[in-house]
Amino acid sequence: MAGLKQADLAKTIGISASYLNLIEHNRRRIGGKLLLEIAASLGVEPNALTEGAEATLIAAMREAADEAGLSGPEALRADEFAGRFPGWADVLVGTRRRVAALERTVEALSDRLSHDPHLAASMHELLSTAAAVRSTAAILAETKTLQAEWRDRFHANINEDSRRLSDSAEALVAYLDADAGAADAANSPQEEVEAFLAAHDFSFETLETADKARATEQIAALLAAHQPELSLSAAHIAQGVLAQVARDAALLPLATLRKTLESVSPDPLALASRYGVAPAVILRRLAALPELEAGIVVCDRSGTVLFRKSVEGFTVPRHGACCPLWPLFGVLGQPGLVVRETLSQLGRTQARFVTFATCEVATPATYNAPALSQAVMLLLPAPLTAKDDLAVGSTCRVCPQSACTARREVSILGGMV
Amino acid sequence: MSDDHGAKHVVLVEDELNIAEAIRFLLSNDGWRVQTIANGGSAVEVIRNAAPDLVMLDVNLPGKSGFEILEELRADPAFADLPILMLTARGQSRDREMAEKAGVSRFMTKPFSNSEMLDAVRALSGTSDTV
Repeated sequence: MAGLKQADLAKTIGISASYLNLIEHNRRRIGGKLLLEIAASLGVEPNALTEGAEATLIAAMREAADEAGLSGPEALRADEFAGRFPGWADVLVGTRRRVAALERTVEALSDRLSHDPHLAASMHELLSTAAAVRSTAAILAETKTLQAEWRDRFHANINEDSRRLSDSAEALVAYLDADAGAADAANSPQEEVEAFLAAHDFSFETLETADKARATEQIAALLAAHQPELSLSAAHIAQGVLAQVARDAALLPLATLRKTLESVSPDPLALASRYGVAPAVILRRLAALPELEAGIVVCDRSGTVLFRKSVEGFTVPRHGACCPLWPLFGVLGQPGLVVRETLSQLGRTQARFVTFATCEVATPATYNAPALSQAVMLLLPAPLTAKDDLAVGSTCRVCPQSACTARREVSILGGMV
Repeated sequence: MSDDHGAKHVVLVEDELNIAEAIRFLLSNDGWRVQTIANGGSAVEVIRNAAPDLVMLDVNLPGKSGFEILEELRADPAFADLPILMLTARGQSRDREMAEKAGVSRFMTKPFSNSEMLDAVRALSGTSDTV
């Protein structure tokens, strides 16, 4: 570089040294003013700087052609194509890179059994126990004259193994469906957001007192300070959630609500009426009070879960769609309706919840356009004694309710639960 | 080696006690003298001393894995032809390849039927070649 240090050159042309480094190694294509400035600083012709980048592009195109089995005269004209349509050439090379990345992901997922020690160990435990049950059961069924001592021992073994089998199956389903360990928790944007909010215990003191202008700064600061850094999708969702927190806080600060709850029960409609706010505001505000140990799930008009605060005993599925019986989905498309329902989730736990669900329009009204609504469901832990609850699932795949009319797919549990 | 009564001797290395018990019952009824070990660490020594007619070997074992035991036995010329039946709940093709490379006589995945297991044992005890 003509005796000029990379950092000095970057400074002269007003870009960061790391960006210049990427340009130098042909990982960023440049043109126009920046190209002319670098060329002028180095005292060379601009086309001398782009040759390397073009060579990289052409080489990548030739690789793409080779992989696709393109041969003959057309394959040899990659340089002409890159010269005439550099933008399209970039698209082609970028797409090829993306396909390769996706292929690697698919490969990793399909080989998960080998690479995921927890899953492999669970499967091993399950199959080993199934082997013991199968052998022992066959001995009991097929041996005509089995001594009483052996028979009793095998009965005890089969009893023990069937319990182990049930526990192993349950643990495996829990692992596949719910959060299993912090290391594995944050692998979707929603889960990243939940981890971010949980790190703050779902309450943000700085947003409780901030005015509108200050709230934007505070939100940016909160997002920037979070470690590990949120992905772009997670940051987008988190920004929306925090903006909502700031709007709710302006209507009803948590300190005010907390004081009120010293003398009244957390009844959302009574509180909404008392403070003149929408019920959805109350549901979100109640969920932000750690002492209530409440959970919350928010979905958009398509039923996609945007945000959740998990609560012990109610699983929001990690993959796949939620149980359509949740009151959350019952209120969609009916803004203003507030549903109160006591429910328990079928499966592993005995937890009960009083739930409140409502739907609100989430965007300002525009002429002749559908109102984009979202539904909110608050889950307040309830005593275990009452009955006649609404029984809901988590997701069909792990739901034991075989006779459910809302079933979308077969449960992997079969008769195990 | 066969004992004074002509019963053939099998060493079963399996840490799942209930599977071991079921296999012990089935093989005893089939005329075998069955010796069980639950720990992989002592398996090679026990097998060397016992010089059995057949070894049944689990893969996942405390102390030493079934693959390691298999390799150590095959490295000893005295046990190069010993029939070894490997039982595993890890039925991945990679495990099977590893076992075959290490000289396993037969590889079975759990769960298996009792008759399938007995057939394999009978076949192996009649020949020392890979079945």
